[in-house]
Amino acid sequence: MSESIIEESILSRPTYGTLKIVPGLAHYFLADASGAECVIRVVQELPRDMMDKVHILYVPTPGEAALITSLYALGANRFEHFPTIEEAVGKLGEWLSDAKMGTQLYLAGTEGLVGQGVAKGEECGLDHTAVQCEHRGSLARRVQCVHCKTMIEDVTTQPVKCPSCELLLFVRDHYSRRLAAFQGVCINAEDPTEEIEIKEVFK
Amino acid sequence: MTIQFKDESFRGDFSYANSPSNIPRFPFPFPEDEYMYSTNIEPHHAARAGSPFENAFDVDEHYVAEMKDRALVLAEDPGRCQALPHMETAGWDFVELVMVSKARDYPDLFKLTMDGDRWHWINKPLQIDDTFTFGDSSTLPCHPMEYIGRQVQGDHAILDQRDGNLWLDAGIITAQADWSLDFDVGMNFFEWHAPVPLAHELGVFQRALKFLLTLPQGQPSRRLNWTLTVNPRLDTSPENYPKWGPDRMTVTPENIGEKVHLRVELQTFWRLPRSNAILFPIRTYLMAMNEVVTQPKWARRIHRVMRDLRPELVEYKGLSRYHPILVEWLSQFDDGAPTSPGIFPD
Repeated sequence: MSESIIEESILSRPTYGTLKIVPGLAHYFLADASGAECVIRVVQELPRDMMDKVHILYVPTPGEAALITSLYALGANRFEHFPTIEEAVGKLGEWLSDAKMGTQLYLAGTEGLVGQGVAKGEECGLDHTAVQCEHRGSLARRVQCVHCKTMIEDVTTQPVKCPSCELLLFVRDHYSRRLAAFQGVCINAEDPTEEIEIKEVFK
Repeated sequence: MTIQFKDESFRGDFSYANSPSNIPRFPFPFPEDEYMYSTNIEPHHAARAGSPFENAFDVDEHYVAEMKDRALVLAEDPGRCQALPHMETAGWDFVELVMVSKARDYPDLFKLTMDGDRWHWINKPLQIDDTFTFGDSSTLPCHPMEYIGRQVQGDHAILDQRDGNLWLDAGIITAQADWSLDFDVGMNFFEWHAPVPLAHELGVFQRALKFLLTLPQGQPSRRLNWTLTVNPRLDTSPENYPKWGPDRMTVTPENIGEKVHLRVELQTFWRLPRSNAILFPIRTYLMAMNEVVTQPKWARRIHRVMRDLRPELVEYKGLSRYHPILVEWLSQFDDGAPTSPGIFPD
């Protein structure tokens, strides 16, 4: 899988780098299927006696097992996988609540996973310099409906229909790190009878 | 000077209007016949008796009605008022600045008595008479920012300063021109301005940030910003776009003079003494085009500004649907005569 290109024009959107192990007392990883290979890449290079400091959380795609096996085989102190980003991020919060100074957090995968991991790290008091992100996989966006505040995952179309209030939302190039989401604003509020073509644009 | 406060609405029947004597004091935002972004910041000195720049926090005939509209918005959507946990001291700074300024500038309307930390505040127009302990939020009915924000016209954002940037970490925002506090809270200066076109490329925000980071205490600054709003509606939030968006379809050549309003923000910037945060009041003034054109200089100038406005700005400010008929309507008031420099009417 090739590294993703993120448009540089969106000033509120974070830029992403490449994961690299830095000195730390504990190393926490959170990845989804598209980010798993980043975790494997950097953890494989660690000496065996450091594996005690490594903790991995993983969100596989449904039915996939090969990457779970590979991640498990790394021999981390703790390895757990969850069916949803929300549950994995919840577990990350539990782990980080016991974390000490010198903790490093590594996030890899789609923007929704990375963004929610960053927000959780901030919430738990991690300095932003202790968090690394690598974006991989789909450019699908996580979108907050500005009208009813519903979070919509994996948005690939422009516009997108809010599943809750059913308004047709234009996905603005405006990103909130706190919410880990783009802003969705009704596209045809001025003239609700206007027909708008829905196109797949965030792939 | 006694102000006659108007009983009027910014929604429903839209009974809001400016009294004839209030029109010339409107902060007309165009000092020249053409408009482009600039970091048009100047010291917030007292200027022109009777103008909105005379006092620290201008109080006008719309004060009571605006505060009622704010209460309606907050009752419907409490997310319009948010403060991150570290912003309480800044909230108290805000309380002090407004109370001290208003009691000084409008002694017939507001009275502040301080006995050490024990403060007694009387707000006659809103019929408030409260005693509280300064710095102790448990002696107020709500967060200090919300308490005073319900008593001062205009939206108020409070910007924390750290890491060489400004962070939008608190605000009471009920009369905004299409931006969401709930979405933007916690963002830095560049992040929350991200959707603004052209200005980033012009370096406007870099210069503005540099200026604001060194803003000294006791030397507030101001600038004007503008857009157009159909109907005198204060709450043009993105949250409520489905409520106010359809208004843009209602503009016709016959009703444009009463429907389309020039919406001006008097933005001021104040360094706060305890928190080192910056208070950013965004005071909105609304005036129907029919009222604007009663001043011949403004009538000529606004026609020229609207006619020559860059297409990106027409789009960004949401004017596309009625911009051509507005320019056509305004042209009848422009005889081509030169206009005098500056914003005040002749």
